[in-house]
Amino acid sequence: MDKILEVNDLEVNFNTYNGTVHAIRGVSFDLNAGETLAIVGESGSGKSITVRSIMQLLASNSDITNGSIKYHGDDLLKKSDKEMDKIRGNKISMIFQDPMTSLDPTMTIGKQVAEPLRIHKNISKKAALKRAEEVLNLVGIPNAKGRLNDYPHQFSGGQRQRIVIAIAIVDYPEILIADEPTTALDVTVQAQIIDLLKELQEKIGTSIIFITHDLGVVAGIADRVAVMYAGRLVEYGNVDDIFYNPQHPYTWGLLDSMPTLDVDENQHLNSIPGTPPNLLNPPKGDAFAPRNKYALEIDLEEQPPFFKVSKNHYAATWLLHPDAPKVTPPASVQRRFDEYKKLGETNNG
Amino acid sequence: MADQKEKIVEVKHLKQYFNIGKKNEVKAIDDVSFYIYKGETLGLVGESGSGKSTTGRSIIRLYSPTDGEILFEGQDISKIKNHSKNMKKFRKEMQMIFQDPYASLNPRMKVKDIISEGLDIHGIATGKEEREEKIAELLDMVNLNPEHMSRYPYEFSGGQRQRIGIARALAVDPQFIIADEPISALDVSIQAQVVNLLQDIQKERGLTYLFIAHDLSMVKYISDRIAVMYHGKIVELASADEIYDNPLHSYTKSLLSAIPIPDPETEKKRTRIDFDHSQAFTDQHSFREVLPGHFLYCTEEEAANIK
Repeated sequence: MDKILEVNDLEVNFNTYNGTVHAIRGVSFDLNAGETLAIVGESGSGKSITVRSIMQLLASNSDITNGSIKYHGDDLLKKSDKEMDKIRGNKISMIFQDPMTSLDPTMTIGKQVAEPLRIHKNISKKAALKRAEEVLNLVGIPNAKGRLNDYPHQFSGGQRQRIVIAIAIVDYPEILIADEPTTALDVTVQAQIIDLLKELQEKIGTSIIFITHDLGVVAGIADRVAVMYAGRLVEYGNVDDIFYNPQHPYTWGLLDSMPTLDVDENQHLNSIPGTPPNLLNPPKGDAFAPRNKYALEIDLEEQPPFFKVSKNHYAATWLLHPDAPKVTPPASVQRRFDEYKKLGETNNG
Repeated sequence: MADQKEKIVEVKHLKQYFNIGKKNEVKAIDDVSFYIYKGETLGLVGESGSGKSTTGRSIIRLYSPTDGEILFEGQDISKIKNHSKNMKKFRKEMQMIFQDPYASLNPRMKVKDIISEGLDIHGIATGKEEREEKIAELLDMVNLNPEHMSRYPYEFSGGQRQRIGIARALAVDPQFIIADEPISALDVSIQAQVVNLLQDIQKERGLTYLFIAHDLSMVKYISDRIAVMYHGKIVELASADEIYDNPLHSYTKSLLSAIPIPDPETEKKRTRIDFDHSQAFTDQHSFREVLPGHFLYCTEEEAANIK
């Protein structure tokens, strides 16, 4: 497959009154043409900072101290603001989380959707508006033609998110970055937006980086999944690898703390104890170790490297070291392993 | 059996309209009736704008209901005047936990002052020593370090703040708590912690909860019974298992079909059900008990078919 984006060993710091926050501490991943990569993690894990680094939309107190972000082999981190302007909203575009704040309330939606075209393409106002209308139709705004002159407040939350998506895809970007695009929406609207993104991907062949903390959404949209914790990736692989053969105890904890619909109400929900570490002083070992009941002594001392699990599946946990003791994962995760075996049999049979 | 259970809250034909008589009149709650048994958790689900939060806020009298009755332990509280003696008495019995742990704590107050505001108003735990003892006990109950009572909200994480909100609600020793999306703003790994805490406290103190949420899988887990709201009306109400195993209203079905499940194979097979509301709210429709304990907003004919 074609790699269109390669992030290598990215490190990002933030300078604050309290000191330096090590928000991203060495993150590497690729994005293949036409695929959807989901980045999963809690707030503060660095998933939004990672994609904002790609777009070069970081706050002014940030500092990219290491790494490269190669787009078709070209390092985006070496580009000037002017060069980035040509890429942003054109080749790589972004859908933000909150449809209430990411639209300009004083500008008609026709103008907002047409704006990227007016900036990037030498195209008349009329032609740009025509194209805006097409794209608004595509994302499912009823009577798009009649609504070009309406303002954002005249639309519902779900419709506004569709408009935000229309702006992002109006120029057929190669990469679409969606930062929690459905978190602010109701479940039924969320389902529609996810279907829409999948449909658009089929139609225009965009690669999608989808950021979310909702594993249910990930299961429905992702081809590959990267799990982030405290500024690092802890595990990545194909969607089936992560859901049916997870290896990092943090991935176990995430999967195990989701209530399933057949859970026994008389039992406690499984939860991950404690809170994420303060990245002003990142721990020296595995950042998850203090919350991890499977932690080994070495986890507190030394950062685990990535161990290969299968072809595209890697996890950074010392439990995968050949000398590590065998541990028994949570029951719900063991059931997932059983599912994985069955999947393997059907795939090979 | 059900009849022998004591009803702590009974809502009868509650209406809550806004901008009455104006062009932009909103019927946020439009003739809603239900009751809550003592000691149970009633889940209230629906999309934004369905009226679920308004229902909670009307019951706790943050609004003055347009019409209908709200009985709390048999006494109608829908018309009690603000700042009256009765209101003060009833507010002690009923408390609220809010959605946003960032917006619902005063950033300029110390944790101990946030928690003790209710204590002071109701004259519980007077005297510095007794007061601090009570605060420490409350913080301990929600698994926070009592030594942190002199800190400010910004020094706590989202999950910890929500615990402070819970401690504040518990301070006046209420019987009934309305939790308005108490975990929606929290991370997945923290949500389970807070839900477990709410359930432990419920068992310990025999509390009754109205749990408002849009996360259906968590509602199923925490609730004994579930009410589904749509456009200001309750369209279906039944035991949690019944709602999931035998949903009758097409809106409930569509809502259930949209829950994302963390399982790629299930997601591949998912078919979504769309809800067509054009035929769901005619004059013939009303809220009826179609099966024992299972209420549905439907026509008489539909009800007869189900029976």
